[in-house]
Parts: sequence; C-alpha cells; structure tokens
Amino acid sequence: MDNNNDNILSVKNVSKLYGPDKNKAIEMKKSGTNKDLIHKKTGVTIALWDVNLDVKKGEIFVIIGLSGSGKSTLIRCLNMLNKPSSGEILYEGKNIRKFNKKELNEFRRNKISMVFQQFGLMSHRNIIGNVEYGLEVKGMSKEDRHRKAKEMIGLVGLEGHEYEPISSLSGGMMQRVGIARALANDPDILLMDEPFSALDPLVKKDMQFELLTIQKKLDKTIVFITHDINEAFKLGDRVAIMKDGEVIQIDTPEEMSTNPATDYVRDFIDGADKTQVISVRNMMVTPNSIVRKKDNLSYAIRMMRSNGVSSAYVVSQKMKLEGIVTIDDALRANKDGQTISDVLISDIMTTTPDTLLSDILPMAAEARFPIAVIDDDGSIKGIISKAQVLSSII
Amino acid sequence: MSAGWIYNFPFEININLKAIDDAVRAFSVKYEAFFKVITKSLGGLVNSINFVLNKIPWFVLILLVFIVIWRTSNKISKGIIFSSLLFLVGVAGLWNLMNETLSIIIASVVISLLFGFPIGILISTSNRLNKAVRPILDTMQTMPVFVYLIPALLFFGLGKPPAVIATTIYAIVPIIRLTNHGIRQINAEVVEASLAFGSTKLQSLIKVQIPQALPTIMTGVNQTLMMAMAMVVTTSMIGATGLGMEVLIGVNRIEIGRGLVSGSAVVIMAVILDRATQGLVQRSEVKTDGQ
Repeated sequence: MDNNNDNILSVKNVSKLYGPDKNKAIEMKKSGTNKDLIHKKTGVTIALWDVNLDVKKGEIFVIIGLSGSGKSTLIRCLNMLNKPSSGEILYEGKNIRKFNKKELNEFRRNKISMVFQQFGLMSHRNIIGNVEYGLEVKGMSKEDRHRKAKEMIGLVGLEGHEYEPISSLSGGMMQRVGIARALANDPDILLMDEPFSALDPLVKKDMQFELLTIQKKLDKTIVFITHDINEAFKLGDRVAIMKDGEVIQIDTPEEMSTNPATDYVRDFIDGADKTQVISVRNMMVTPNSIVRKKDNLSYAIRMMRSNGVSSAYVVSQKMKLEGIVTIDDALRANKDGQTISDVLISDIMTTTPDTLLSDILPMAAEARFPIAVIDDDGSIKGIISKAQVLSSII
Repeated sequence: MSAGWIYNFPFEININLKAIDDAVRAFSVKYEAFFKVITKSLGGLVNSINFVLNKIPWFVLILLVFIVIWRTSNKISKGIIFSSLLFLVGVAGLWNLMNETLSIIIASVVISLLFGFPIGILISTSNRLNKAVRPILDTMQTMPVFVYLIPALLFFGLGKPPAVIATTIYAIVPIIRLTNHGIRQINAEVVEASLAFGSTKLQSLIKVQIPQALPTIMTGVNQTLMMAMAMVVTTSMIGATGLGMEVLIGVNRIEIGRGLVSGSAVVIMAVILDRATQGLVQRSEVKTDGQ
C-alpha cells in the first residue's frame, strides 16, 4: 500500500514472537505449520504474525478478536510498550521502532496516549493527580497542568470531583478519569485497550456515546480494542478482525457484515449478535403489588395505594398468574360488594424470561399495563414496563 | 557379606576444617586495616546514637511513645498502656541499658534500610538478578545465627560493631524481599500507564512504583526492625552490652529474676517498636487506597 498522507499510523509486516528459538519458529510458520504445533516443538509463542494495517487520521479504528488473538499485544506495539520482533510501525512516516529513548518518550508524551481495561489508575493520587500525570512527567508547571487537568475533568463530566480519591469512584467514573488523563496530553492518537469491558452494560452504553461525542469535538484518531462485535460496529469507522495473531479482514462494519471474508468472520458476527441482544430476564423487575385471588378487595386497594401503583397482579396457588385488577375497578367493585374474581382482567400480555427484547417491542408499544413475565408453568417471575423495553433500543 | 554400606555412608570426605579456619584468619589479618575502619565507624555510629538517646529526658521519650501510639492506633488507652510499660522499664533501672540496646538496633536498621531498599528495587527490575539473589537471602535467613558471630568476632573484634554487622545480615533480608515483592505486585497496567505517558524509568519508579508499593515496603521496615530485635540476646554473646547482656548474664548465673526482668524489657521495647511501625504500614495503606 502507498504511504498515503491520510494515514497517521501504518503497521507494516509486524510480527511479535516470545520464546527461545525464534528463527526456527519463523521458518516453521512460513512453511505453514500450525501455531500450536510450533509452540509445542520450539517453545515459541507467536503473538503477532505479519500484521499490516493503516489507521487514517481522525477515524475510530477498531481491532476486534477473542482473547489470545493478539489484539492487546498489537495495540501495545503502537506505543512500544511491546517491542515488535520484526516489521515497521510508522507514525506520520517515521518508524517508531527506530526511536531512541528520548524520542520515544517525546512521542509518548505528546502524540499518543492510552486508556486501559482495568483503568491503570494510580491509587495513591486523587483524580486530578492522575489526570495531570502525563503533563507532570513532561515537566509542565503545576499551575498550567492543574488548569489543563481541570478542563479535561470537566470534559468527561467529573467537575467537582477533582480532589476525590480514586477508591471512592465507580467503574464508569474511573474510566472517565482514565480518558481524561489520556486526553490531557492532547495527543493525536488515543489507544484504548478494551476500555469499557469492565463496565456494566448500561454504563458501557453511556460511555460509548460519550466517547463518540468527545471524538467529534476533539477530532482525535482512536485505535479501539474490543471483543464485543456490537461495540466494534457501533464505534468503528473501520474494523479489523484478528485471529491467532493475524489480521483476517479490515473493512467498514457495513462491508464486513455484508461480505465477511471468511467463515470465521461470519461466525464471529453471527455469534456475537445473538449473545449481545438482551433478553427479558435481564431487564425485568419484581412487581410491587401481588395479591391472591381469594384476598378481599380492600386489601388489594390498600396494597396498590401503599405501593403507589394503579394495578395489581392477581395470582392463585404457586404464584400462577391469573390476571390484573386495576385500582379503578377495585374501588368500584368494593362499593358494590364484589370480589377480585369479578373484576379480574385475565386477558393480559405475557412473555417469558428468555424472550429477546427485540421480540416484544411491538407488544410493548401497545401494552396498557407492564408486561408480565411468566415461566413455563405460568407462575409470575417479574414484570417489564413499556418504558424499560423502549429505552433499551436507544 | 556385610550390608553395612546400606545404612552408613560407604565413604566420607575429610573436610579440612583447620584450613578453613586458617584461611579466614589469614583473610582477617590481611585486611585488618579495612576492617578496622569499618569497626571504628560502626562503633562511632552506635556511640553517637547512644549519646543522643541518653540526652533525651526520660519523660520526653515516654511522652513521645504515648503520642505516636495514640496517633497511630487512634486510641488513647493504647498510648497510656504502652507509655506506662516504658515507664516500668525505667523504674526497673534498665533505662540506660535499653538506650544501649536501642542504639545497636537503630544503627543496624538504618544500615539495613540504606542497603536493603536499593537492593530490593534493583532485583525487582530483573528476573535473572532476582533468581540469583534469592538463594543468598535464604541462606542469610536460615544459617544459624551463631555462625555469623564467629567471623564477625574475628573481623571486628568484641563489642558493638560486630553486633551491628551480625544484626544487619540477619535483618536486611525482609526489607530486600518486601521491597522487591511490593514493586513486583503492582498492577501491571498501572506501571504500563506510567510508561505509556512517557515517564522515564526513574520517574515511573519514584512517582508510581515506590508509592504504590509503600504499604509492602513499610511492612518490610517493620519486619526488619523485629528481626533486629530478635538478635538482641544473641549478639550479647559477642560482647554487645545492653539488655541482651543482662539476659545472658541471668542465664549464665541462673538468676531467674534478672533474666525475667530484662527479658520483659526487651519484649516491651519490641512491642512498642512493632506497634509504632505497624501504624506506619496502616497509614501508607490508607494513602494508596487514596482515602
């Protein structure tokens, strides 16, 4: 490929091997021997093999693969935390493998910074102490770096927390600190090594959204590692998929899903999709008001009032769901001296815990009451409201 | 046919013990001047520490112990208990002996930390070095202490200087080990982060690795101190005066009272030093927790 001006980073024929007899391993690999066999015979692990890729200025370039595919090794080669065994890594045309110590430190201080999976925060420093770390090591004055750090803390939405200790933060906040720290140096390139993998799904979603916002605002080039295909497709302008230390396909998400290069890529996209879509089980909540069919109406009314809800779920033995009573019906019927069975609405929408959220979307759009989640034997497991279902698609 | 060789070694090598003795002796004679310099400076160090300790009024030291224990444990009652125990040592007429012992301990611990801390950092940076040093450390710790005493005696004569040397050999091990361990157990991503932001090795060490390892290093300081305390009685055999000597005399003359009283004074010293440095450990933990 030509040394295109758009490319800010180019990885050319990069291999990384660990172990004693590398030359022999290289020979074997070249003659097509399988990676595991090479490891058994020579003790050499091939972490990366002949990787070629170009990262364009201003794009989000996602590298995806399972654990052990070499993606973390590769991203660490980009700032020389791992030194490649062979090949070139060009930053704006300069081979960073040829950098001496000083040049490398200058590169790391000004051009490239990194966000880590487990955040990599220093627990002996507070938030601002972490954010200003990169500025501190390059010798910026205390005043300047404080100002810059505060600005970055504001950017990631943590203003007011500057002097709080790291240990008091939630995972999402910690990674915000990690991102602020990486941005403080005003680098051209942001390396992100599975930055959101340790976060819970809802926080993850927020962070992805914010990353896109920040990227739009600051126009950084981002190299992003993930094992989550949905995250890759959501964030990536282009996606590289890795397996056993080799890059299999580099394409836009659209191109990749319509024209997967190999069966492996196809399986990866398919397999990941299924696991990613959320099932009802993960979103349902325990209903506040459950009454038994033989209870009297005044009890049901009290129950609904004290829980502040307008309907109660009616069950018979073993929590088998019979239907719903509404507060209006109950009040009227109670005056007339009727029982729960008289005002029971048994024609209600139900679903099962393993149903995918996407499958109950149409049902949720029409539902008048929260959808009841019932087991195979008809017992109530939880409820899921219209709002919950609809919010999950955003 | 005799089967004696099964149960007894069939042959033995005669180790020429005399030759070893002679070699060590010859060595000590040859480098006498060198050893004299060390002996003198160690003696000077211990004596000046002792001089300073003796200049501190007894009530000031007791007050100091009260404040330190109180602040580190956050309990006034503990401060009162430990300072009263120290008061008892004085009342028992052992104050000056305690100062003497304390000066040997302080000298040994300071030397141990001075050498042990950098060595610990050094071996944390290299697996090969770590492997090479480990058996040496094991030997230093498991070799019966008395074995040090003989060469120490030969090279440095009787008195406090050989005691400091023997104590240092024994007590330097934990600070080396725990500094090494403390730095090695830091979360890899934290060290990677420091490097990824362009820290030099020294910056990463000073700004990140040592602070992160501080609780473990402080445990090392505490352990070094305790090891040094454990040598108090042993080193009195080569003429280190102080509380240890009192215990030794008590044992030799079968004076149970004397042994018991001075032994208790050693225990009180050890406990106070332990609690005070434990406090340091906890403080540094709180700091790395960032709370």
